[in-house]
Amino acid sequence: MSLSSLLRGARPLKIAAALSLALAAAACSTDPDKLADGAGGMGGMGGAGGAGGRGGAATPGSAQDFVLNVGDRVFFESDSSDLTPTATGTLDRQAQWLSRYQRNAFLIEGHADERGTREYNFSLSARRAQTVRDYLASRGITASRMRTVSYGKERPVAVCNDISCWSQNRRAVTVIEGGAGS
Amino acid sequence: MPTITRRSIIATGLALGGGPVLTGPARSELVIDVRRGNFQPIPIAVADFGGEGDTGLRVSGIIGANLSRSGYFTILDKARFPERPAFDAAPDFSAWKSTGAQGLVAGRVTRDASGRLKAEFRLWDLVAGQQVAGQQYGTDAANIRRVGHIISDAVYTKITGVGGFFDTRIAFVDESGPKENRRKRLAVMDQDGANVRYLTQGDALAVSPRYSPVTQDIAFMSQAPGQQPRVQVINLETGTRQVVGNFSEMSSSPRFAPDGRRLVLALQDGGNSNIYGLALGSKETVRLTNTNAIDTSPNYSPDGSQIVFESDRGGKQQIYIMGADGGAARRVSFGQGAYSQPAWSPRGDLISFTKQTTNGFAIGVMKPDGSGERILTEGFHNEGPSWAPNGQYLVIFRDPGGQGGGKLYMIDITGKVEMQVPTPSFASDPTWSPLLSGGR
Repeated sequence: MSLSSLLRGARPLKIAAALSLALAAAACSTDPDKLADGAGGMGGMGGAGGAGGRGGAATPGSAQDFVLNVGDRVFFESDSSDLTPTATGTLDRQAQWLSRYQRNAFLIEGHADERGTREYNFSLSARRAQTVRDYLASRGITASRMRTVSYGKERPVAVCNDISCWSQNRRAVTVIEGGAGS
Repeated sequence: MPTITRRSIIATGLALGGGPVLTGPARSELVIDVRRGNFQPIPIAVADFGGEGDTGLRVSGIIGANLSRSGYFTILDKARFPERPAFDAAPDFSAWKSTGAQGLVAGRVTRDASGRLKAEFRLWDLVAGQQVAGQQYGTDAANIRRVGHIISDAVYTKITGVGGFFDTRIAFVDESGPKENRRKRLAVMDQDGANVRYLTQGDALAVSPRYSPVTQDIAFMSQAPGQQPRVQVINLETGTRQVVGNFSEMSSSPRFAPDGRRLVLALQDGGNSNIYGLALGSKETVRLTNTNAIDTSPNYSPDGSQIVFESDRGGKQQIYIMGADGGAARRVSFGQGAYSQPAWSPRGDLISFTKQTTNGFAIGVMKPDGSGERILTEGFHNEGPSWAPNGQYLVIFRDPGGQGGGKLYMIDITGKVEMQVPTPSFASDPTWSPLLSGGR
């Protein structure tokens, strides 16, 4: 409990760091999947090309390892909970990692962008989290390890008045709750 | 609770000096038809209330501000008053003619032997030359703002023929901090923005408050960090707060039934959301819709026989109506765009909604059969309409986006009136209380 809350407490900073790098790499992009590649693949690229080194620094099996080397989030089209090909690619990597580190429980957060009304967006974000949960289950992840939570449009990661922000906010984020190496 | 008593002031019962003040056959001219948008605000004079230090002035100040904010009155500049109206004498009607004012509110506040305040007012029809309303109220000093609101309601109702709405509160979500991690607290204030009280701490997210139409209970959705949102009910008089029901997944979007004893709400079931009824006493829960879709934002008709809600069962969010016990639902919104957050007017004649199009977010009204749609305001982001108890106004929030935040606005059903409702910080999800002095 304390360890998981510690990890969860540390998470926003890491995401902020990853996101600012991703934004720098794709500042003008309106395609969230490019951002997904940037954010999720950053560690992977670092590992493969040795450019970053950050991914290599993360303890295998740790929450940081998951964020940097696997990619913790997938993005959705407006008012949709369908998985894009990029999203299924990310979720396949997530499923592999989660199968390898069996003792991690995790939380799937569903989010919506600001271009919707409050009550609907809570349900839309729940539907997105459920879609991710169903997909990971179809890849062999045990249901008892997964918990979902809906945040509606209340927790944007990018704030501006155009699609470059909205497309980053309609997302589902897989948050590792179990401790590193556990 | 401190009490407010009331008694009519009958013009004939007072020694009024001369003039045609007795209730005669003269028909009152002091009326305004606010059912359509082709009215002109009616000019009215609000005299400073005398007596008891500045208390009288506070009361007349509240009345003038309220009538002005309603959008249906223009308040005559005191510099143009032809006389200083005395409470116990009829105004000099001929002298008022040149001011253009059609009505005059005069009054005073005095203290009786027991220390209680007595507030009195008269409403004069300056055109017909007669008193058209008069009332006195006994109260203690703590309630003096409410007396100002009650007198405002009496004047407003006499002239417009529409029920009052000044003696009410508005609950809302107070927002502060950066957008990415905004603190959202439940707050309540008088409808004019005075007496703000915070009802939650901000450690958990609080959104979607809905006032009971009969009591000082507010249902809302609360979300602790990392946990599913849960519907709770808080009572403003006792401060007690309870989680409603014991559901494994998210519960959201509560609304009270007209009798205040039941809630209708949305329960999440995996990727779907359905509408349920819940008795607050027995906690018995009844499923009302059963779709592979998002059904949410339910709201009863004022007679309790029907429920209006939004659903994306047809692909996009649209408004549907079903019986209060569930069953077949009929779609009533057919325009371009997504319709959400339906709310049934307390008068029963209209359903308000939020409508999202490529142009942004609009607030509109339609008849319960879906006909007669009218857009009242549109722009980048308008959301969350909630009816005043008189069914004449909606309170909404408007958000400019970016790191800015929502502000509350009161708009009327003619689309002609729009007034900002002051809040201490950013605000969203307003919900209007019933009349505090209403018969319960």
